[in-house]
Amino acid sequence: MSKVPASARCVVIGAGIVGNSVAYHLARLGWKDIVQVDKGPLPNPGGSTGHASNFIFPVDHTKEMTELTHESMRQYKEMGVFTECGGIEVARTPERMQELQRRMSSAKSFGIPDTEIITPERVKELVPYIDESVILGGFYTPSVGVVDSLRAGTIMRERAQELGALTVSANTEVLGIDVEEGKVVRVRTSQGDIQTDTVVIACGCWSPKIARMAGASIPLTPAVHQMKDIGPVPRFADAKGDIEYPIVRDMDTNMYERQHGTGLEVGSYAHRPILHRVEEIPSNAEAALSPTEFPFTQDDFDLQDEHALELMPEIVGDESVGQKYAINGILSLTPDGMPILGETPEVKGLWSAAAVWIKEGPGTGKSVAEWMVLGESEIDLHASDIARFHEHHKAEHHINARTSEGFNKTYGIVHPAEQWSSNRDVRLSPYNEREKALGAVFFETVGWERPFWYQANAHLVEKFGDAVMPRTAEWESRWWSPIINAEHLQMRQTAGLVDLTAFAIFDVIGPSALDVVQRTAVRQMDVAVGKVVYTPVLSPSGGFKSDLTIMRLAHDHFRVVTGGAHGMADRKWFADQLPADGSAQIADLTSAYTTLGLWGPKAREILASVTQADVSNEGFGFGTCRVIEIGPLRVLASRISYVGDLGWEFYLPMEQGARLWDILWEAGQAHGLIAVGIGVYGTTGRLEKSYRAYGAELETEYNVIEAGMQTAKVKEQDFVGKQAYLQHRAEDPVAILCSLTVDDHTSSTGEKRYMLGREPILTKEGQPITDAKGRRSYVTSAGSAPSLGKHVLMAYLPLEHATVGAGLLVEYLGVQYPVTVAMAGPTPLLDPKNERILA
Amino acid sequence: MNICVCIKRVPLLGSAIVLTDDQRSIDTARLGFTVSPHEECAVEAAVRLIEEHGGTITLLCLGPAEAVEQLREQLAIGPDRAILIQVQDEVDPQASAALIAEAIAQDEATTGTRYDLVLMGSESADTAGYQTGIRVAHRLGMPVITNVKGLSVEGGQVTCERAVGSTREVYRAPMPAVVTTKDGLNVPRYPSVPGRIKARKKPIDIQQATVPAARLEKVRLVVPVSEAKGAEDLGTGSQAAERLVEVIRKIGVLQ
Repeated sequence: MSKVPASARCVVIGAGIVGNSVAYHLARLGWKDIVQVDKGPLPNPGGSTGHASNFIFPVDHTKEMTELTHESMRQYKEMGVFTECGGIEVARTPERMQELQRRMSSAKSFGIPDTEIITPERVKELVPYIDESVILGGFYTPSVGVVDSLRAGTIMRERAQELGALTVSANTEVLGIDVEEGKVVRVRTSQGDIQTDTVVIACGCWSPKIARMAGASIPLTPAVHQMKDIGPVPRFADAKGDIEYPIVRDMDTNMYERQHGTGLEVGSYAHRPILHRVEEIPSNAEAALSPTEFPFTQDDFDLQDEHALELMPEIVGDESVGQKYAINGILSLTPDGMPILGETPEVKGLWSAAAVWIKEGPGTGKSVAEWMVLGESEIDLHASDIARFHEHHKAEHHINARTSEGFNKTYGIVHPAEQWSSNRDVRLSPYNEREKALGAVFFETVGWERPFWYQANAHLVEKFGDAVMPRTAEWESRWWSPIINAEHLQMRQTAGLVDLTAFAIFDVIGPSALDVVQRTAVRQMDVAVGKVVYTPVLSPSGGFKSDLTIMRLAHDHFRVVTGGAHGMADRKWFADQLPADGSAQIADLTSAYTTLGLWGPKAREILASVTQADVSNEGFGFGTCRVIEIGPLRVLASRISYVGDLGWEFYLPMEQGARLWDILWEAGQAHGLIAVGIGVYGTTGRLEKSYRAYGAELETEYNVIEAGMQTAKVKEQDFVGKQAYLQHRAEDPVAILCSLTVDDHTSSTGEKRYMLGREPILTKEGQPITDAKGRRSYVTSAGSAPSLGKHVLMAYLPLEHATVGAGLLVEYLGVQYPVTVAMAGPTPLLDPKNERILA
Repeated sequence: MNICVCIKRVPLLGSAIVLTDDQRSIDTARLGFTVSPHEECAVEAAVRLIEEHGGTITLLCLGPAEAVEQLREQLAIGPDRAILIQVQDEVDPQASAALIAEAIAQDEATTGTRYDLVLMGSESADTAGYQTGIRVAHRLGMPVITNVKGLSVEGGQVTCERAVGSTREVYRAPMPAVVTTKDGLNVPRYPSVPGRIKARKKPIDIQQATVPAARLEKVRLVVPVSEAKGAEDLGTGSQAAERLVEVIRKIGVLQ
């Protein structure tokens, strides 16, 4: 038996589509001495790649996924393993027809060309064996294709070997990963030990088991996707290649049908969620087929047989066409449906490239390799970042609950604001009981239950009448209430109390703390104690890694406050900047401290009535923080605002939060204080003020100048992304972030419609807009601006369109609506001089 | 004519077999189940005979409740109904034969059906006792032809072929008769989707059985040491040609 090399620059575990492409791209980017191991034989080691249906539909509602898929298709084509056949998502219901229009929007927003909505008759022309009477239409993507993923893997391994960079060892099982002082030092295999400081886990459904060997967590579960191949089909008797007819996705039954040579492959995401534990996967030798081809459970497919028969009776109803092969194929599911990529927060040098499907495999491999070698990837991977997970996300209960709930939504019509119903009430703020008493409607953010609006405020809808911008269409009324806009208007008149417990809060402490925050933040952090700095955080190439606030609490003590959704990734980003000598440390206070916001013209009066502290504009200026006493509590108060009104954020220990709520609530009654939900905080208040949000407007694909967030001066001190930032400042941006308002909401049916975000912005002639960097213009955020009586959209626009008053179109569910550029750049639409905040 | 085909639920194995801790059975926790190829051929033969001569097919299975899965699978290619004699544990050949013979006799009595043929696999895929068919025939007082690779029916007689070395033996017996079949008798068809849909509605009569005392005690199982070396990589492209020719010579394809 051949022994593995004794040491390596990097060990890639897994030789499926992901491992192969990571290994190749690492080699392409110049790494040598890469060792790739897999416990199975080559070219098909027995993982999910070996039984994948191998087709690729490029259009997705997630930009990140669309870009990874698009890049993967490019690579498959370059390797000569891609066969274009076209694909049609068919609709059986009117709701699905609307969803297909959303597909059209996403295609235009993210740049997938030539898609169209087609009639049942046209579907029949393209797929003559379909019964067009059961469908209402289809979404046709001519660029859909199938790939030979095993051949692609072999090509990539061979290319890495030709570069002299890769040693491949098949039939080599990983027995352990040794970690010393938080860093990977060694991989132990059945063929010997390999000294290394970098390991990539690309083991698909086995990844959690391998990660556990190093003390890290990759929260995914092996789950079943059922698939059967029937044939030989008389119509396909003379089939020349793999596929000649478009692939059909029967979306409403969660199924797909594709020609595969002389057979028809029928797959399903409709059956009950069937989850397995990693331990239940047999070894290569034990398995009757491959380890990830579990025995088919026909009972779970009975209904699917009938659905396939309905749609394709000519083939499926033919008694001479037999079922040749059927499996419960194992794939990897994650609690939020996204891949798990990046360096694990637990172990330095241990990388995950898991929960990746064939369609995004090579693009993911390239992106992960770039991240490893260059410090960031060209495609923004924040939604796939392994650092996104909070502790409770790693619990098996959470993984199983969410993957079970998500599985049947694989082809589902998922509303952009759709909430999970499983595993709720995991993280409760100290105000939870009080919020429930006010009829809070809770949405979840990383486990926290956050009030989105309060039924107790329903009477305000009547008070404000049409100013709440009521919606009649079901789609945009879903997960929304006019109460949000009513709360907004009331807050602008009096004051609102906002539960912000979901914030991630961590302190950077120690003699080198200043250096750490200086290196991380764009803005000057060597400020007076008591200053609050809102700052972009950049990637090496000057794109947005985050935006957050940092308070200086002492010469050697900074407190970082950031959004909960991205908080754990931010924490890792800061942790990566910590000096090796231990002279600065991070303390995560997320679950120790609660945040309560108080904003509105009456905020000062309310606060003044419960504290002896000087909270006048002179005594407590904007952008400062200090500890004040409110009744029996000592509270860190910070005068900032994300909603556009005067007010404070209060930070205090979790167990004292309820008392603070009660004190403010009682004092506020005389001033018209109401509880205000995140609907205002995250959308309406923000959009009126043109505040940018990470993950919507702010991504690594956009820079500070494009986002309009540059300051007059650049600090002397070095920081991540500085060189790029300086260069971006020196050149003209190719696009800038603009606020647009919708001129006319009336749809073709006469109903008023309201965009929800991610819709394409088009020229007046209806053409997509692409900037000089090839980026499409689309709606990054959308929502009501009740104080303005307008529906506001944010979008990056090329300079030729980024002028106030310019007329454009937005396409929403297949209808184009006129919009006007209301502001080019960061100036708020409401209160452009910030007089309300600075009052 | 009426045919009864007996099938058995057995584990679907890979190259390595794992035993339970007590060494008395195969660990099936990570395995699927199937029926033996011999029995698949028996079902296919029955379907062909009925297609030719008309009649009914009843499947009979001695096994756990989960064996309904195998019965439905086989019903999907044509049989009309099935009987499951539900037993939890492995039953020795004598008891199996007793239960099967009794079930057939009782079914004939209650339904008025008279079986012309009872088809069984030559041996089960797991225990391979090679005797249940013979014992069933003995109990039912029928002639039996075993290890059959050719089967036809004419004039109340069944004609069977057995492979003996490179020659064939032909037997003829009056019906009713028991015939045990061998893989290679035919190429069984795959079930179609309409076949499966129909199978879901076909009756399965589940009967509880009192298992006669075992006269054969299983002590433990031993997994034989495999001599197979598994796949060997002969090389890639033209470099592999010489080795390939060598192997082809060695196995006698080329002289």
